Amino acid sequence: MQISLIKKTSVAGILVAATLSSAAFAADDYKLGLVTFLSGGAAGPFGVPAKNAADLTIEALNNGTLPAPYSSKGINGRTIVPVYVDEAGGATKQSSEYRSLVERRGVDAVLGYISSGDCLAIPAVAEQLKTLTVLFDCGTPRVFEENSYKYVFRTGPTATMDNVAAARYLKDNFEGLEAVSGINQNYSFGHDSWNDFIGTQQVLNASTKVSTKQFPKIYAGQYGAEISALMVNSSQVIHSSFWGGDMEAFLLQGAARGLFEEQTPLLTTGETAMFRLAEQIPEGTILGGRGPFGVYAPDNALNSWFRKAYTAKFGTPPTYPSYKMVQALLGLKLANEKAAEKVKGKPTQDDVIAAFEYLEYEGPGGTVKMNRGKGHQASMEMVYGRFTNKNGKPAITDVRRYVADCVTPPEGVSSSEWIEQGLKGAKCN
Amino acid sequence: MKLVIAMLMDGVIYASWLFVIAAGLTLIYGVMKILNMAHGSFYAIGAYSGASLVGIYLAGGNPVWGSYLVLLGAALVIGALVGLMAERGLLRFMYGRDEVVMILVTYGLLLILEDVIKLIWGVEAYSTYQPYTLLGRSKIAGLSFANYDFVLIGVSLLVGFLLWWGLNRTRSGKLLQVVIHDRNTASTQGINVTRMFTVTFVIGAVLGALAGALTAPGISVMPGLGVEVIVLAFAVVVIGGLGSVGGALVGALIVGLARAAAVHIYPDAELFVIYGVMALVLAFRPQGLFAIASARKI
Repeated sequence: MQISLIKKTSVAGILVAATLSSAAFAADDYKLGLVTFLSGGAAGPFGVPAKNAADLTIEALNNGTLPAPYSSKGINGRTIVPVYVDEAGGATKQSSEYRSLVERRGVDAVLGYISSGDCLAIPAVAEQLKTLTVLFDCGTPRVFEENSYKYVFRTGPTATMDNVAAARYLKDNFEGLEAVSGINQNYSFGHDSWNDFIGTQQVLNASTKVSTKQFPKIYAGQYGAEISALMVNSSQVIHSSFWGGDMEAFLLQGAARGLFEEQTPLLTTGETAMFRLAEQIPEGTILGGRGPFGVYAPDNALNSWFRKAYTAKFGTPPTYPSYKMVQALLGLKLANEKAAEKVKGKPTQDDVIAAFEYLEYEGPGGTVKMNRGKGHQASMEMVYGRFTNKNGKPAITDVRRYVADCVTPPEGVSSSEWIEQGLKGAKCN
Repeated sequence: MKLVIAMLMDGVIYASWLFVIAAGLTLIYGVMKILNMAHGSFYAIGAYSGASLVGIYLAGGNPVWGSYLVLLGAALVIGALVGLMAERGLLRFMYGRDEVVMILVTYGLLLILEDVIKLIWGVEAYSTYQPYTLLGRSKIAGLSFANYDFVLIGVSLLVGFLLWWGLNRTRSGKLLQVVIHDRNTASTQGINVTRMFTVTFVIGAVLGALAGALTAPGISVMPGLGVEVIVLAFAVVVIGGLGSVGGALVGALIVGLARAAAVHIYPDAELFVIYGVMALVLAFRPQGLFAIASARKI
């Protein structure tokens, strides 16, 4: 009898404590669902660097130690509390996870998604649950080209911008380019990247021939036959949107066989490997960073803080997924604070959305303009350069920057239409 | 001519890699009737062990040639250890269960080992390229090939020969064949079937780990490696016939050559061709090319 009473009292005590702590949590904190790959092949190159950046930035925001205009604490004074979810498992699982974040865990907003498949699936759920959602990394341009969303924003550039800029870089640096080849992963990002690249290439230099195009399975790891095919069908430049382990394996195997001695690789995500594989990346390799990130980031106070703090904490310089995570967090903070400033009090979600639309702000990668997709899609400048390790220190030379309007379709025009129409309306520097 | 040589060389190199992985898988099935899903994890553990140990070895300023011994040692020791732990700690309690149950058990083991790998090595990629590049390259018909890949061909031939010799020319091998044909009869004749199972499973696990360790220098070792490779290995053993080492060799050659031909002639069919060949073989010989059809108890 006594034991039963003790049990009942304990359970009641725990429930009361849980309710009280939950109430305190909800009153003071800004609960932010953060979705990124924590397992699987995309975790190492993208997911974990993004999470590291989120941890670092959230800590700095909560302490109010970021440079202006982000020096106020938290979001509107509320401490940001991240609720992490692993992005692995596919779009169906992520839709359930999203519902769980909103309905069960009561987050104020969701920020995340690296996979294009997830970025295409989540907005419909976000609209249904009426929850502010920020996509930070995925590349597909289709999110805002095929639909309009009220609650969804994307603060990073699309893969189309990467590949249009890549073709422009070739036009500016490879006079008389006769032939190109491609090796891209056999899924939407790989196919879209190649189509955007070769479409733009044929607009800029119609006489360019395609020697071969290879689409090995994602995570294949073994590229012997593809490398032979690239050697048999030789060209001047090999375009690749490979990322992570696939890119590193291709570089290792290609370099060991001398593939890159006569053909120049153009790696749209290559910046992520330039320090890890400094000994293997051939001299002159064209490297992209999916925007003005990493070594391409401008010399501003935010970048200076971020690069220094990240390198000190994690022992390696930040790469583009980390930059994209930071600029998504900063966009969310700024939109909330602008909305609060406008309504002179606690803003509603609709106030925040209104403030986020067409927002223009500074991040560690430079200026982010939310000026596409009816104010929900960011555009940024794109940068390419060539790798050198001549002095024993990995560096970039021949850097070219392309303003956003030079590599981004105008509002209301889809990427594929824009390329097919000969990049009509592009404004280049 | 250049194209034909490229296809042949690429096909044989790919087949040699596939064969070392598939040999362990088919050996375990042949003896124990276990379709071991966890074989992919043995491969991944071999790759991670090889890459990380070679990294530590080279960081100590040791000569690169010694890294081949480190790779081999990592595969033998860690493969044997993991295989022994899996067999003694889990599978021996499941012997005699239906083959489908064993697939589920080993699938569970695969998931556990995937998380163990993550706990030990994290999610960062490991790369240890030095053993891959040290041997240089050779030109055949104007095309360069990494000499390391020729070593892989040699290793797969050696593995094939040792398995054939061990099974057909040694006393233990002949006893093992009795177990393969009828484990109950083998047991009544005084053969220690349980020990045979343990030894076979450990050899199979070592072969999986060896394939991973030898692959590690040419790739970036990352999470999910084992899951990717197990599907291919299944295709190879199914084509060759479950339980047939010779069949695995022929299956690996068919898959390797078909894939290489697709990459050179019609790249879009690269993925389809592997499973297309498998479907074709199964349509005409459901038991695979080299497995002997057997009566099924109902």
